[in-house]
Amino acid sequence: MNEVTIFGLLAAALVGLGLYGVLTHAAPLRRILSFNLLGGGVFLVFGVVARRGAGAGFDGDPVPQAIIITGIVVAFAATTLAIALLLRIAELRQDGTDD
Amino acid sequence: MSLLADAFTVLAVLAGLFFLAAGTLGLLRFPDTLSRLHALTKADGLGLGLIVLGLMPQAGSLLGALKLLLVWALAMLAGATVGQMIARIARRESQ
Amino acid sequence: MSATLLIDLALAFSVLAAALWTVAARRAFEAVVGFVAFGLVLSLAWVRLGTVDVALTEAAVGAGASGVLLLGATARLGAQTLAEVRDQPAMALRIATGFFCALLAVALGWTLLNLGDPAPSLAPLAAANLAATELGNPVSGVLLAWRALDTLLEAVVLVLAVIGVWSVAPDGAWGGIPGDIQPPRRDPALRLAAQIIPPIGVVIGVHLVWTGAEAPGGAFQGGTVLAAMWVLAWMAGLVRPPAVSSRRLRVWVILGPIVFIAIGLLGSFLADGFLAYPAAFTKPLILLVEAALTFSIAVALVLLLVGPPKAAP
Repeated sequence: MNEVTIFGLLAAALVGLGLYGVLTHAAPLRRILSFNLLGGGVFLVFGVVARRGAGAGFDGDPVPQAIIITGIVVAFAATTLAIALLLRIAELRQDGTDD
Repeated sequence: MSLLADAFTVLAVLAGLFFLAAGTLGLLRFPDTLSRLHALTKADGLGLGLIVLGLMPQAGSLLGALKLLLVWALAMLAGATVGQMIARIARRESQ
Repeated sequence: MSATLLIDLALAFSVLAAALWTVAARRAFEAVVGFVAFGLVLSLAWVRLGTVDVALTEAAVGAGASGVLLLGATARLGAQTLAEVRDQPAMALRIATGFFCALLAVALGWTLLNLGDPAPSLAPLAAANLAATELGNPVSGVLLAWRALDTLLEAVVLVLAVIGVWSVAPDGAWGGIPGDIQPPRRDPALRLAAQIIPPIGVVIGVHLVWTGAEAPGGAFQGGTVLAAMWVLAWMAGLVRPPAVSSRRLRVWVILGPIVFIAIGLLGSFLADGFLAYPAAFTKPLILLVEAALTFSIAVALVLLLVGPPKAAP
């Protein structure tokens, strides 16, 4: 057992948990949160793969690591857009102009 | 010399951990918001400070040690600010 | 059992506990707090996986910036959850969903434990070519040289996200100042912090970018710290963003991608192709791209956090 085993299993658990939250929560904010947990699990899969590819004097394969950084930033951008849409819908509901 | 530094690190970090644990205990056990905040900001600031102090001899360079000190100063500043803000809201809500 | 293994196990359980809390918490605010804790502990897990670059990104973007965004959204939503009764799955359906999600997790876990040996790796290739970029940090090398296209598209995604966030503004508010209409809370403690911290934070942000060439750090981590400093001053009521109709602001947002594309096109003529660097100028060009990217990333993140305009210009 080493860090690859432990964080690999954690990644798998996060993917399952995040997906469950996305599918079963009725509140959009909770779905967005769960989706980010799912994303965290997927990034961790990449991280484990990067760690397994350690070599040439590096602690991990730098290519998946760079892709994770890209992924985290893109996931954040998507989250801000989702939140903006959510807040706008909430505003419209409050004004009663939605239905 | 290095043995002395290591012993200092172990002692200071252990003391720091004690204060962090005490602060967390206070957060969990104290009855109202203000005393919980008090426990958290005071004990955590001291705990982190002791850990930073303990790690400074291990930083390897003067610049590294100063960076650790900066981390502590920033954490203190942020903690004090947030503690102040939460306390203000708590007092307003209790009135 | 070795000490590092214990640390890894403790970290993994903490991450999982925070994730469980985020999914199971009763109120939205509690779930968001759980999510921020999740991001912070996960960034420690990244350190244990040997990638401090990702750890910095996770702490800055995944926990910090997301936390500001989500806490703001929770406060704005108040008691509104926008949950529809018809979206609430019945108990039987939830159990079935849970079963299949668990099955997926088990399958994924099994796959990850049984990956083939030796593990595929591009690390030797990255190491062999790192000297050509004159960078010391392989992750920066990947981001700005070999997978520059990904990084360019990522910078474009940030611009698109800003356009997306702006376009949910009410018709009447278009062209106005982004963010809330009411002045942010002017707490004296926050004001003081917002005056002391940003000068230090700006130095740290620039340092993260500059050091990214040799050590963990880079445009995204540094840009996020810079954005955080501005947002702190904004929350304390010390600064206001320019109106979304401001041409200057729009140029700032696209400056990074534009410089990146221009240097990429230069590569089509002077080097091996689009986004290739002429050998003699590799490092200066990479630093130029990083500087422009950092600036635009910081501006885009600020705009994404501040939100769409709310009032008429």
